[in-house]
Amino acid sequence: MTKMKKSSVVLTCLLLLLLSGALAFIDGNASQYIVRITRLCAINIVLALSMNLVQGFTGIFSLGHAGFMAIGAYSVALLTIPVAKKETIFMLEPLIAPLDTLTLPFGVALIIGGVLAAAAAFLIGLPCLRLRGDYLAIATLGFSEIIRILITNAQCVTNGAQGLKSIPKTADIWWCYGIALVVLVFIALLVSSSYGRALKAIREDEIAAESMGISLLRHKMLSFMISAFLAGVGGGLYASYIGTIGPDVFQISRTYDILMIVVMGGMGSITGSVLAAFIVTIGQEWLRVLDGPLPFLPFWPENGVSGMRMVVFSLLLLIIILFFRNGLFGHKEITWSSVGARLSALSGHAHKEVTKP
Amino acid sequence: MSERVLEVNHATMRFGGLVAVNDLTMLIDKEEIVALIGPNGAGKTTAFNMITGVYTPTEGTVQLCGKAITGKRPDRIAAAGIARTFQNIRLFKALTVLDNVVIAQHLRLTSSWPAAVLRLPRYRKENAAMYARAKELLETMGLWDVRGEIASSLPYGMQRKLEIARALATQPKLLLLDEPAAGMNPAESAELTGLIRGIRDQFHLTILLIEHHMDVVMDISDRIYVLNYGSLIAEGTPAQIQQNDDVIRAYLGGDEDEA
Repeated sequence: MTKMKKSSVVLTCLLLLLLSGALAFIDGNASQYIVRITRLCAINIVLALSMNLVQGFTGIFSLGHAGFMAIGAYSVALLTIPVAKKETIFMLEPLIAPLDTLTLPFGVALIIGGVLAAAAAFLIGLPCLRLRGDYLAIATLGFSEIIRILITNAQCVTNGAQGLKSIPKTADIWWCYGIALVVLVFIALLVSSSYGRALKAIREDEIAAESMGISLLRHKMLSFMISAFLAGVGGGLYASYIGTIGPDVFQISRTYDILMIVVMGGMGSITGSVLAAFIVTIGQEWLRVLDGPLPFLPFWPENGVSGMRMVVFSLLLLIIILFFRNGLFGHKEITWSSVGARLSALSGHAHKEVTKP
Repeated sequence: MSERVLEVNHATMRFGGLVAVNDLTMLIDKEEIVALIGPNGAGKTTAFNMITGVYTPTEGTVQLCGKAITGKRPDRIAAAGIARTFQNIRLFKALTVLDNVVIAQHLRLTSSWPAAVLRLPRYRKENAAMYARAKELLETMGLWDVRGEIASSLPYGMQRKLEIARALATQPKLLLLDEPAAGMNPAESAELTGLIRGIRDQFHLTILLIEHHMDVVMDISDRIYVLNYGSLIAEGTPAQIQQNDDVIRAYLGGDEDEA
């Protein structure tokens, strides 16, 4: 048992080394386009993991993610845009003090963004977390819209519909993957702890969980606030990644993008979310071909159909929901022993190993 | 004189115009096994729900070891020392047998969540103790060999036992069993009877159970309360209850019903 644990640790370290080598290679040699997609993968990992904590592990059907992302994104933008730039951005109404003369390091701004998102989660969680299922989804969806409309109208803080530009692009490949790794380890440790087990109990049966002494509101709130914090951090990374944000960036469709990753990877599977984040992010780019002209189809419009890739992507998601209800991994995780078992089964060694005394 | 564990005082539960439980008074002493019986719809499960905080009694009070628990939330009442099983089994279905029993000890955890995430020494110690206790309980219930199975994949009888093991894991003073022998054959229910006595002795528990199998009830109970249409119609030892005319009429139907 300990031997297996040790070899798992060694393998994980090797994998991390390999991955950082690959990242360094991409960072140094690949085109700007590839580097951007690689960064987006990491950001989507953070967002998917944070959503999976509430949806997959706690069983709370919350659709407020875009709202929490927006809070994180605007916090990071307002706290990192250089003072000189702020004057030129806020043309209609000047930015209120002290934000107008304040800039903070990126890392600090990220954490502040996360904390503010968590605080918002606390405020909406108090009334909303008493709701169940669809009702909670509708309430959180409404919250997300409220945030967007507040942002559109709070001209002196958010610059309204004009949005914010010149956000320093600090979030390079190392920032993104560094944070993704920290979040991954954090979530893994959390869900395997006693608190994580309590969250899963709530997901399985609220009535039984409560009668076993698990306070529903307290634990749902914990999960909801941590998730919002991480969504805020993810939103902050995203702001730094695209450099320009406006209220329309954080529409409901952002929430669905992440939900798609979580569902595809499997509700309650960390490794599933990570893998699906790569598949969905890269897939959405790769399928861009479909938006352009398709000369091999004679009946296809000459200039292509824009948005065609989303049609195909939606179809793929439909197939996943219809035939793989639990996503790629369901509640399961990819572990070294499961990979090993799969590999030896493929090479036909499994039989021999089982029959060995 | 023995110690009083549960005291239900004139508890009434009304749902609109329907009186589900009417003026129920029950006194249960330490290490007693008491049965609550009655025909279908008599209000037995409603009585359980009042004791465990699922419902707040419309009138009356509930006390555990002299402390009022009336109207408290179910998780608070569990922490105060009442554990229960459910009439239609409510396990954490997709989780393992072991996890089911470990989770039920979460309420006694003193470490905060950051301490748990960081795996600080005190948390590690508490966590290890949870698993040790889970092992002990599963062994007592004869479920240690299936600890890795998913709870919903167990046969029915084992699921019932797992529910009892999970309830015991919360370290209760009072254990409420809602039809523990439901769906069991005579051999299985005889085994269950021995098991319930065993856990009472081993953990110095007080047990209140709802049961329809009369052989189980008469065999296991020190005392019996009989409910009919929400009201208490009799109370006494198994021998007294078997002779009670009101009880016989409630179960078999009296002359006035036939007319």
